[in-house]
Amino acid sequence: MSSPTSTPVGSKRSRDDIPVTPSSDGLASPPSQRRRGQDSSNGDLPAMPTSPATDIASPAVHDTSLFSSPRRSGNFLPSEVDMSSPLMYGTPSSRVEGTPRSGVRGTPVRQRPDLGSARKAPQVDLHTELPSADGAVASEQAAGQKLVIWGTDVNVGTCKEKFQRFLQRFIDPTSNEDENAGLDLNEPLYMQKLEEISVIGEPVLNVNCSHVQSFDADLYRQLISYPQEVIPTFDMAVNELFFERFPDSILEHQIQVRPYNALKTRNMRSLNPEDIDQMITISGMVIRTSQLIPEMQEAFFQCQVCAFSTRVEVDRGRIAEPAVCRNCNTTHSLALIHNRSAFSDKQMIKVQESPDDMPAGQTPHTTIVYAHNDLVDKVQPGDRINITGIYRAVPMRENPRQSTVKSVYKTHIDVIHFRKTDEKRLHGLDEDSDQKLFTEERVQTLKELAAKPDVYERLSSALAPSIYEQEDIKKGILLQLFGGTRKDFSQTGRGNFRAEVNILLCGDPGTSKSQLLQYVFNLVPRGQYTSGKGSSAVGLTAYVMKDPETKQLVLQTGALVLSDNGICCIDEFDKMSDSTRSVLHEVMEQQTLSIAKAGIICQLNARTSVLAAANPVESQWNPKKTTIENIQLPHTLLSRFDLIFLMLDPQDEAYDRRLAHHLVALYYQSEEQIEEEFLDMAVLKDYIAYARTYINPRLNEEASQALIEAYVDMRKIGSGRGMVSAYPRQLESLIRLAEAHAKVRFSDKVETVDVEEAKRLHREALKQSATDPRTGFVDISILTTGMSATARKRKEEVAQALKKMIQSRGKTPAMKYQQLFDDLRGQSEAAITKDMFEEALRALADEDYLTVTGKTVRLL
Amino acid sequence: MRMWFVCRFCCPAAQSNSNPEWEAKVLEYFKGQLREKESHSWVPSLNDVPLHYLKPNSLVKFRCLVQDMFDPEFYMGVYETVDPSTKANVLRCGKYKDVTECGVDLNSRNTVTAERQTFYCVPIPGESPTVVSACQGKNQARVVPSTSYVPSRQKRSYEEDDDDMDTQPQKQREPHTGGKFGTPHGNGDSKRQETEAPSSQTTAPSDCSSHLDLNFPLPGERGPACLVKVYEGLDSFKLNDTLEIYGILSVNPVLTVLGEEKDPSLLLLNPTESMETPEEQRAHDPPASLVPRLHMLYARPLQHNNPLLPSAPTEDQSAFVSSFLVEMASVRAELLAYLTHVLLGDGLAAEYLLLHLISNVYTRRDVLPLGKFTLNLSGCPLNSYTERLYQIVQQLVPCSYRLSMSLHTMNSMRLVPKKDYVANRLVSGALQLARNTSLFLDETQLEQGQLDSSGVRNITALGNLISWQKVDYDFSYHQMEFPCNINVLVTSEGRSLLPSDCQVPLQPQVTPPNMEEYLTTIHMAQFTSQINKFRVYLSLARTLDYSISDEVTKAVEDDFVDMRKDDPQSVTAEDLHRMLVVARLLSLSLGQTTLSRDGWMRAKHIDMLRRSRTEQQKSLNGNEP
Repeated sequence: MSSPTSTPVGSKRSRDDIPVTPSSDGLASPPSQRRRGQDSSNGDLPAMPTSPATDIASPAVHDTSLFSSPRRSGNFLPSEVDMSSPLMYGTPSSRVEGTPRSGVRGTPVRQRPDLGSARKAPQVDLHTELPSADGAVASEQAAGQKLVIWGTDVNVGTCKEKFQRFLQRFIDPTSNEDENAGLDLNEPLYMQKLEEISVIGEPVLNVNCSHVQSFDADLYRQLISYPQEVIPTFDMAVNELFFERFPDSILEHQIQVRPYNALKTRNMRSLNPEDIDQMITISGMVIRTSQLIPEMQEAFFQCQVCAFSTRVEVDRGRIAEPAVCRNCNTTHSLALIHNRSAFSDKQMIKVQESPDDMPAGQTPHTTIVYAHNDLVDKVQPGDRINITGIYRAVPMRENPRQSTVKSVYKTHIDVIHFRKTDEKRLHGLDEDSDQKLFTEERVQTLKELAAKPDVYERLSSALAPSIYEQEDIKKGILLQLFGGTRKDFSQTGRGNFRAEVNILLCGDPGTSKSQLLQYVFNLVPRGQYTSGKGSSAVGLTAYVMKDPETKQLVLQTGALVLSDNGICCIDEFDKMSDSTRSVLHEVMEQQTLSIAKAGIICQLNARTSVLAAANPVESQWNPKKTTIENIQLPHTLLSRFDLIFLMLDPQDEAYDRRLAHHLVALYYQSEEQIEEEFLDMAVLKDYIAYARTYINPRLNEEASQALIEAYVDMRKIGSGRGMVSAYPRQLESLIRLAEAHAKVRFSDKVETVDVEEAKRLHREALKQSATDPRTGFVDISILTTGMSATARKRKEEVAQALKKMIQSRGKTPAMKYQQLFDDLRGQSEAAITKDMFEEALRALADEDYLTVTGKTVRLL
Repeated sequence: MRMWFVCRFCCPAAQSNSNPEWEAKVLEYFKGQLREKESHSWVPSLNDVPLHYLKPNSLVKFRCLVQDMFDPEFYMGVYETVDPSTKANVLRCGKYKDVTECGVDLNSRNTVTAERQTFYCVPIPGESPTVVSACQGKNQARVVPSTSYVPSRQKRSYEEDDDDMDTQPQKQREPHTGGKFGTPHGNGDSKRQETEAPSSQTTAPSDCSSHLDLNFPLPGERGPACLVKVYEGLDSFKLNDTLEIYGILSVNPVLTVLGEEKDPSLLLLNPTESMETPEEQRAHDPPASLVPRLHMLYARPLQHNNPLLPSAPTEDQSAFVSSFLVEMASVRAELLAYLTHVLLGDGLAAEYLLLHLISNVYTRRDVLPLGKFTLNLSGCPLNSYTERLYQIVQQLVPCSYRLSMSLHTMNSMRLVPKKDYVANRLVSGALQLARNTSLFLDETQLEQGQLDSSGVRNITALGNLISWQKVDYDFSYHQMEFPCNINVLVTSEGRSLLPSDCQVPLQPQVTPPNMEEYLTTIHMAQFTSQINKFRVYLSLARTLDYSISDEVTKAVEDDFVDMRKDDPQSVTAEDLHRMLVVARLLSLSLGQTTLSRDGWMRAKHIDMLRRSRTEQQKSLNGNEP
C-alpha cells in the first residue's frame, strides 16, 4: 500500500481536494499519457511526489478503505487520481498538446487553503454501501453514477454538470449589482464573466449564491452544506468550460470559484455549532489585521545520509516527520529544508459585529477570519465587509505533556470572498449594501401600515412621543428621515441633486430641541450627534493623521462623512465658530466634502441630512426681530435649510393644559403602554429603512403641474410688494418634500396630495421663520439676504429724510451729532431709534455725503 | 455545609446524548434547593472567602457586575474517551468543566459540540465596606483552607476522592449527593469547629495580582475577578448587570499552564496558536489562581445589594416592606434631622439630599430617562467638608464613589470604558458602575487651568451621564451607548459647570469653628442600628411603586395653567418636569405610593423655596447666568 512514488506530478495536485482512497496500487503506475503531458507542459514547475504516506497516516483511512471498492466506471476517470487534478477531466481529444501553459492541463492549479486541507474524503458508492443513507439521491442517478463523496450526498459528476448548466444558462435581467456593470443582462451572465477573465486574465470567478439558489435550489443546498467538496467541483467545472471556450488563453493559475452572498447567516451572533464546516456569509467590521503569516503547505525533508528527499503535506495543521528514510532505511536521518518547502500566504483578520446588528446592552462579538493567498491584505481595519467563508472549529491541540486538554474549540472562518460594503458608496449607487433583510411578514405589516389613509399622521405621532405636540415639526423631521429621490445629472454636468432634506430648529431654550435631536440620532442607523460648541471644523469633516507605526498618512473622517446616507444632528448650531460653519456650505448643497491637506486631495461623499438646533442670541426669542437677527446665522447658510421651524413657547391656556396633561401622563403611564411605544419605534425604524431602500417615487404629470403652480404662486405673493418670496431653491425643497411624502405612502408616484402637503409644510415653516415682524408678511429675503425688503426700504427712507433735512439747513459744514438726532426725531412721524439714525448716517457716509468724527458730523 | 458538585450528574448523557432532559433536571434541582429558606446562605461566597479556602469543583456564589462579555466559545458538550489500557470507549460530559479527561477521541462521531459564553465579572464597584462585611456576616458558610481539610476528607472514602478527580468510570452518585445537600446541618456542625480560625480571615486575597490588570472599573478596588461561563439564557444578560451567580468553581492549574506555555517552535507549525496576542491571552486566560472560572448554574439578578433587605422578591419581602412602611415616616424624620445636622443646619438642602438619595431611573421614554434627579449642592464650604460629606453618604448607600474633579484627575483619568482591540477586551472606566450607585462629583476640587482633549471628553461624558443617563463606550471605530442608572450628586462652590436637574445653594445656619470635629461628632453620635435603619429606608423607598390618580392629574394641570397665567416665563415645561419628579420622590419618601394633593402642594412649596434661594443667589452675584 505504501509503495513510494516520486512521480513528478507538479503542483497540479491540489491538496484541498478529495483524494481517492489510497488502496489501489495503481498509483505507482499512472497512465502514460498523463505523465507525458505533464512533463512537457510544466517542466519549470517544482516537482512534487504524490504522497500516499500522509493518507495512510490519517486515521480516517482505516474507515474509508472499507468503502473504497467499486470505483467510477472506466470511461470517466482513472480511479487513483485526485479528482481536482486537471488531468482527470480532459476528454481524450483535448489532451492533444496545445500551447504550453494553456488549456486545462497546462495551467497550474493554485492551492486553495481556504477550503482547508485537513479533511480528505473519499467517494462512496451509495448503491452498495450505504443504501439507506440517501436513497433518494441514489435512485435518481444512473447506474454508473452512484458515487457520492464520503459523508455528503454530493455526486461529483452531477454536481459538475449542474454547475456548468448554471454557468451557461443563468440570466438575471434585473441585476443591478455594480460587479455586473457593463454586461449585457440578457445574455448568460457568467459566460460573459468568463469572457472577461479571458481578457483580463484574473482567474477568479465570483458567483452570487442567490443566483445559484434561484437556478437550482438543490445545488445551492449542497454548496452551503458541503462547500469543501462542492467548490472544488465547481472549480473543475468552470475550468473545463473555460478552456473549452478559450483554449488559447493563458492564466496564472486555474480559475477559482468564489461564491458570495450565501443567505445562510447574516449576523455573527447567530452563528452556532450547526454552522461548522458550512458556508456562511456574515457582515462585520475589520478591527485588526495581522502580519502576513507564511503557512507551510508542504515540508521538504532531505536525508542526511543519502540525500534522498521527500515531501510531506500538511495534515490538520501538522507535518508528520518521516522517521525512516525510505531510500537507505536509516532512522531519524531526515532534516527539514525550509527554503524548499512550500508555503502559502495567510493573514489573520479580526472582525467585529457591526453595531447595527447588536442587541442593546451587550458588547459586540468578534470572530477570527483567515485570509489566504491573494485575499491577504485585501481589507484594512475599519472596513465594513461582508465575508463569505467556511466556518471552522478546531479542537485545542492535545499536548503530549498533559493528559487533559481544554474542552474548548477554537473557531474561525476561512474566507472565500470579501465584499466591502462601503466600497459601493463610491460608485454612487444606492445603498443596497446596508439593505436590511425584511422577512415576508415584516414587509406585509409594513405594507398594511402604508395602506392606511392616516399613515402620515400615525408615523409623525410615533416620532418622539415624549415630546409634546409640535406636529408640524415632527412631520418635517419625518420627511427628512425618508428623504427625496436621488437624481443623477452628472452626465449633463450638473452633478447630483441633493435628495436630503435639511432642517433647522430654532427657538427658546428648554423647548426640547435637544431631546428631539437625540431621538432622531437614536432612530437612524447612520446618525451622528455633535454639539456645535464642542466640535471643530476638523471634527466635522475629516483630518489627516500619520499612523505612528506605519508612518502612513491616514484619512480620519469626521461626523459629516460618517453620517453619509444618514442624518447629522448638530446641537447648539449658533455656538459654532464661523470657520466650522463654513464647511457646511459645501456639504449642505453639493453633498460632498473636499479635502486638501498634507498631500491628500480628495472629495468625499457626505450625502447627509443636517438636523440642526439653534438658540436665539438673547437666550429668549425676540418676536420683534427676524429669524436672522434672532439667531445671528449667515443667511447663506440659512437658505440651505429646506425647513426652518421655530419652537416657541406658545403661551396660551389650552396649550398649557394639554402640555401639563401630557407630562403628567408621562410620569404615571403603566409599563404596558410604554412597551407599546417601544414597539412602535422598531416598526418605525423598519418602515423608514424599507421606504428608503425600495421606494423611489417620481413626479407624475399632475404633480409637476401642481409644483409649477405652487412656485409661481409663491413668486407672486412677493412681487406685489416688490419682494422676492421664492427662489429656485425653494422649488427644489418643495420637490424633495413631495417625494419624501410619497415615500411615506410607499407610492412610486408623486401625486398632487404629496405636493399639497409639501406646500403646506413649507408654508408653515416659512410662516414661522420668514415672517417680517414689522409687516407680518412672509418675506423670503429675510432668509436669503438676511434683511427683509421693508427693513431695507425703511433704512433708505430714513437716510433720505436725513439728507433732506441737512440740505434744508443750508450751508453748515459741521453739526453736533446729538442735535441732529434730536432734530430728525422731531421731524419724523415714526419713532426713530439711535440705531436707525446711525445706520442712516453710515449710509450717507457711504455716499460720500458726510463724515462722522466723534461727536460732530461734517459735510463734504 | 459544603455542597459538592459531583459531575456524575452529567453522565446519563453517556446513554443518550441527544436527551436534554437531564440538563434541565440538574438546573431544576439546584434552583429548587437554593429557593429553600436560607439555603443560599450555606453556599460559600467568592466575595468574602479567599480563593484558596474554597475547594475546586464545589458550589460557590459570587455577587458581581458583568464587566465584559467575551465571544461565545464552542466546547465539547459530550465527548468520547478511549482508555489506553482497555481500549474501552466511554462517553463523557464536558458541560460545567474547563478541561477534558485524558484520551479524548477527537474523531468520535458521538462528539456533541455545544456553545457557551464567558463573562468577565468583577465585584460590584464602589460597594461600601459595611455591605461587604454585612454580607459576610449573613453568610453561614464557613470554609476551611483546602490544605487542612483532612478531617472532612476522612468522611469520604478514597474512592470518592478519586471521584472528584473524575477519573473513574461512571457510577450512580446522584442520590448520594442529593442526600448530602439535603442534610447540610449534619456535618456542618463538625466542620464549623474546624474552621474557627480561618473564618476570621477577611482580607482580600493578596497583592500578588498587581502585575495582572484585573480591570476593575474604579481605582483602588480589590477582590476576586472571575470568568463566568454561561450556558443558558445568554440573551437575558446585559453588560453592567449585577448578579448573584451560583456556579461550580474551577481553578484547575492546567488552565494556567495552557495559557502561559509558549513554545516558539510550536508556533510556527501550529498557526492556531498565533491567533491570539500575548495581551489577549493574558486577558482571556489569566491564571486560574488569580481569576477563577465559575461555571454558572443559576444567576439571580440583584435589584439591590443591600444586605439588610431580603434579597429575593418573595413573600417575606412584601411582609418586610409592609412592616417597614409603618415606620417610614418616623425614620424619614430622623434621617432628615441627621442630614440637616450634616448640612450645617440647612433643612431645605437636607430635604433635597434625601430626595436625591432615593431617586432612581424607573423607566425611559424614548431617549428621556424618567425619575433621575441630579442634585447640585452649591456653596459648599471648602476644606475637606465635601470629603466628610461623602463619607456620610457612603455610609448610607450600598454603592458609592467620589470623583474628585481636580484638573489632574479630569485630564488623566479614564472615565469612559474603551475597547482594547489588541487584548480584545473592554478596558473599564470609572463610569462603568452598577445601577443606583451614588456618584459624588466634587467640583470644589476643580481649579483654574486648561483641560486637554481627554479632559474635555471626560467632562462631556459626565454631562451626557447627567442629562441622558447614558455612557457612550468607546469602541474606537464607533461609539456604543449604554444606558445607566447612576445617582449623581455634584458639590460645588458656585453653580456647577455640569448640568443638573436641580441646584440648591447651601445656606449654613451654623458655622462650627472646627468643621472636622463638628462632622465627626455628628457621625459618631449615630448608633449603628440607627444607621442601619436609614440604609433600609433608602433602599426600600426606591423600590416602591408609584401612581397618580386622575383627580390629582387634573389638579396638577389646573395648577400649571394657573401658574402660567400669571407669568408665562416663570414656569416652563422643564419646571413642571422637575416638580413632578420632586412630587414623586417626596411621596415615596413618606411611604405613599400615590400622589396626593397635599404631596403636590408640598412639592410645589419646597421647589418655590429653592427657587427663591437660587434667585437670591443670582442677584447677589449679579453676573451669574
